[in-house]
Amino acid sequence: MYKTNYHRASSVEEAASLIAGADDGKLLAGGQTLIPTMKQRLAAPSDVVDLRHIADLKGISVAGSQVTIGAGTTHADVANSAEIRSACPALADLASHIGDPHVRNMGTIGGSIANNDPAADYPAAMVALGATIHTNSREISADDFFVGMFETALNDGEIITAVSFNAPEKAAYQKFPNPASRYAMTGVFVAKGAGGVRVGVTGAGSDGVFRATDMEAALGANFSGGALDATSVDSSGMLSDLHGSSDYRANLVKVMARRAVEAAG
Amino acid sequence: MASISMTVNGREVSGDAEDRTLLVEFLRNNLGLTGTHVGCDTSQCGACVVHVDGEAVKSCTMLAAQAAGSAVTTIEGLAAGGELHPVQKAFHENHGLQCGFCTPGMIMAATDMIRRHGASLDEKTVREELEGNICRCTGYHNIVKSILAAANEMGGAQQAAE
Repeated sequence: MYKTNYHRASSVEEAASLIAGADDGKLLAGGQTLIPTMKQRLAAPSDVVDLRHIADLKGISVAGSQVTIGAGTTHADVANSAEIRSACPALADLASHIGDPHVRNMGTIGGSIANNDPAADYPAAMVALGATIHTNSREISADDFFVGMFETALNDGEIITAVSFNAPEKAAYQKFPNPASRYAMTGVFVAKGAGGVRVGVTGAGSDGVFRATDMEAALGANFSGGALDATSVDSSGMLSDLHGSSDYRANLVKVMARRAVEAAG
Repeated sequence: MASISMTVNGREVSGDAEDRTLLVEFLRNNLGLTGTHVGCDTSQCGACVVHVDGEAVKSCTMLAAQAAGSAVTTIEGLAAGGELHPVQKAFHENHGLQCGFCTPGMIMAATDMIRRHGASLDEKTVREELEGNICRCTGYHNIVKSILAAANEMGGAQQAAE
């Protein structure tokens, strides 16, 4: 790891001021991607601003159907939250399968979506749930937030403070993990709510997470696995690498979507 | 260089380290606690697992500065009064290791697992929860057996105490 300067922020305002004052700073949430990346010298921030001790960024609240999760909430806390298990069990299930137990104790929802890894799980859920991403300066819809691979609508130094969404009527997430890395080769989050059906796909698209709008239309008319038979997934926008071809991933999208619909019931 | 202070195995400690120092480096190089191992150094193998404020984390994926002010428990802090911790004892009795390199991380992961699941821990859960700990010798069979034996003994002891 190259040299860096560590700063610990105790409030969002302090973190914003620390990052603004840094030459080439990075926000450090749980660090489960950033620290390994720095160790490999693929990232070399002049400064890191630790957000983990900001109490305002942690916590889960459910008011009616409105679910709000602080950006600093760990995967373990989402997975084990009785409130999330009741309001949106699919999200708790998703969180319980990110990485491994030790990673889940550190990694946070805010860090995961800010990184927007094309194989991360949370982006699929945010898109399918029609979530709102709250930052220290504005609110961004999930549709506008995820711009491309490792790219988001966040400005330099902008800090995610929370995510919120309306609890869906039905939802499920199904992923096909890479047998070695356990990252999603394809993960599909299906949610049926007041606004219709939304389908978020991670791991498969060459631009990162995307919505499968054909599937949404088919499931909107008939929420059953069979309704997906008539849909097709275009392989031209799919990732192709040593783990699987674009055709293979296109097929996985359909298979995982069907499993998710069946799991949602 | 900055002075970093934390509580390790119940003892207040401090040491000078660069901001880029990893927690595992601080434990091993500054404090001489070499029981915590570095296996892969890419955040995958779990040989470096310690407890920070009661939760299992990979000490190779956390800066020492991030842990400043926290309470850290390493493998050296488990045995009390010369008696092996029940998980250490179970690994010994069930031959839960061969070369022993992954064992500190396995045992720290196991104690965290048993704390969360108690005596209700079953084989499927143990195997799932060992996702972040890699062993290249045993094929995991005796590790799982050791953890279940320890969960049983610790859970039984908890029930007896209640």
